Amino acid sequence: MENHYAIETNELSIHYGNFTAVKDVSMKVERQKITAIIGPSGCGKSTLLRAFNRMNDFVPGCHASGELLLQGQNLYGKEIDPVEVRRKIGMVFQKPNPFPKSIYENIAWGARINGFKGKMDELVEQSLRSAALWDEVKDKLQESAYALSGGQQQRLCIARTIAIQPEIILMDEPASALDPISTLRIEELMQELKKNYTIIIVTHNMQQAARASDYTAMMMIDERRAGGVIEFDGTTRIFTNPKDKRTEDYVTGRFG
Amino acid sequence: MKEETLKLKAVEAKSFRQFDLKKKFRISESVIQALLFLAGILSVFTTIAIVYELGKEALLFFTNPDVTLFKFLGTTKWQPGIGQYGIWALVSATLLTSVIAMLISIPLGLASAIYLSEYASYRMRSILKPILEILAGIPTVVYGYFALLFVTPILKTFFGDYIQVYNMLSAGLVMGIMILPLISSMSEDALSAVPRALREGAYAMGATKLETSIQIVLPAALSGIGAAVIIGVSRAVGETMIVAVASGSGPNFSFNPLEAAETMTGHIARISGGDLSYNSIDYTSLFAIALMLFLVTLVLNLISQWVVNRFREQYE
Repeated sequence: MENHYAIETNELSIHYGNFTAVKDVSMKVERQKITAIIGPSGCGKSTLLRAFNRMNDFVPGCHASGELLLQGQNLYGKEIDPVEVRRKIGMVFQKPNPFPKSIYENIAWGARINGFKGKMDELVEQSLRSAALWDEVKDKLQESAYALSGGQQQRLCIARTIAIQPEIILMDEPASALDPISTLRIEELMQELKKNYTIIIVTHNMQQAARASDYTAMMMIDERRAGGVIEFDGTTRIFTNPKDKRTEDYVTGRFG
Repeated sequence: MKEETLKLKAVEAKSFRQFDLKKKFRISESVIQALLFLAGILSVFTTIAIVYELGKEALLFFTNPDVTLFKFLGTTKWQPGIGQYGIWALVSATLLTSVIAMLISIPLGLASAIYLSEYASYRMRSILKPILEILAGIPTVVYGYFALLFVTPILKTFFGDYIQVYNMLSAGLVMGIMILPLISSMSEDALSAVPRALREGAYAMGATKLETSIQIVLPAALSGIGAAVIIGVSRAVGETMIVAVASGSGPNFSFNPLEAAETMTGHIARISGGDLSYNSIDYTSLFAIALMLFLVTLVLNLISQWVVNRFREQYE
């Protein structure tokens, strides 16, 4: 039977030195769906998301325990190369961070370092089309990516991630720095992308989670300030009939 | 509860008071602005004064009936006492020692900057950086004798009789070591100033550390690195003590690094150390050399600036 989960965690915990920031997360993320991670500030949403592609490796003192399974391989196993992990699990950040290169080069660079041998022009066009950006930039591919608006920059970052054809795309509050119209475009784009990719998104915006995601994980910190997933279910259920009282308080805005 | 309402009333009462929004004269602002302006104008004024003095004395040299611009720029022997005014005899040594110095200091300085900024752990950096900066604190006369008494004998074991006791290679190499910490330190600052978000973006695409450092961080830091190189070049061209001690005294138009030759700075230092009469051609020729030195530095700066503007990637 084919595994229809893109990635699974098994009692995954993330520690900064002696401090446990995220504790015992066990969740199965379904393939070609959008999974949202919500919760109050400081509950470890981003830390958990960044654990999925080992971006936390760059934080001194940060380490993980438990398992993170992609196709049955524990991504925190000793034999795993984090560079290879990131080629399979891409990431879009909170603030758009295009490279200080041309629009074309922003997309071509990632493909090139990943050993892409095909026709680069086609890949660039295809990636920009998938990110719904092609029509806006097709006449200025050689211009700096910094000439684009914030929303366009963020779609360029999505396009460059698509260009390396990962299995999973992680999004860390991808629309929080954007205006409502750009936000809507990103959300529409996510719906398109889930036909081919699995998306995990961290968001502060509960309407966004409710509108755009299929599954929602609710995170909360415990009395020792360690964050954990307290409820993980279909988005409709989380927003209409949650099991946990804390989730209900949070999604209805009565938190605190 | 009661206390809270009281507080609220106090706030309300305050907000009804009349504001005074008229311009106020702030003495400290005016004083500090004047002081800062003075500090800025001082360096500009100094530069202008130097150029004026150089130009005035150099003009005396060039108006000498014996000196022609062709002799100055078109010949290669420098001996003003006997009517030889070929500046290239001195410029060649300056260029060659500077090129050798930059060939050492740019690659090594950049490599150590990349190591310190991208690879070294916090602990390693806190040990290495101060050590590197000690190099910058060594007086150049010490470097000069280091070149003459330590580096030259080593070179002698490689080149045997082909290398002279005073030679441009040893002076250039040691000058490179002297400039290395400057390039390294300034470049490291420029690399560290590149936003973390750019590195994260690269890593998230599956880039290795080397790909990220060389292809993303380095181009983004190029304007700062360019500034480091420009200052390094200026120091190399202007460096006096090392070349005066180690590269020989006596103008020699040669691009063979194993030979002795005198640089523009070394020549000025040596000649001005002797007794010169103010009206002699030897005296005014020094100003012509200095003016030439000024021009060489300027041209090299312009070239570096152009290279930087051509290749840098702006991240704002």
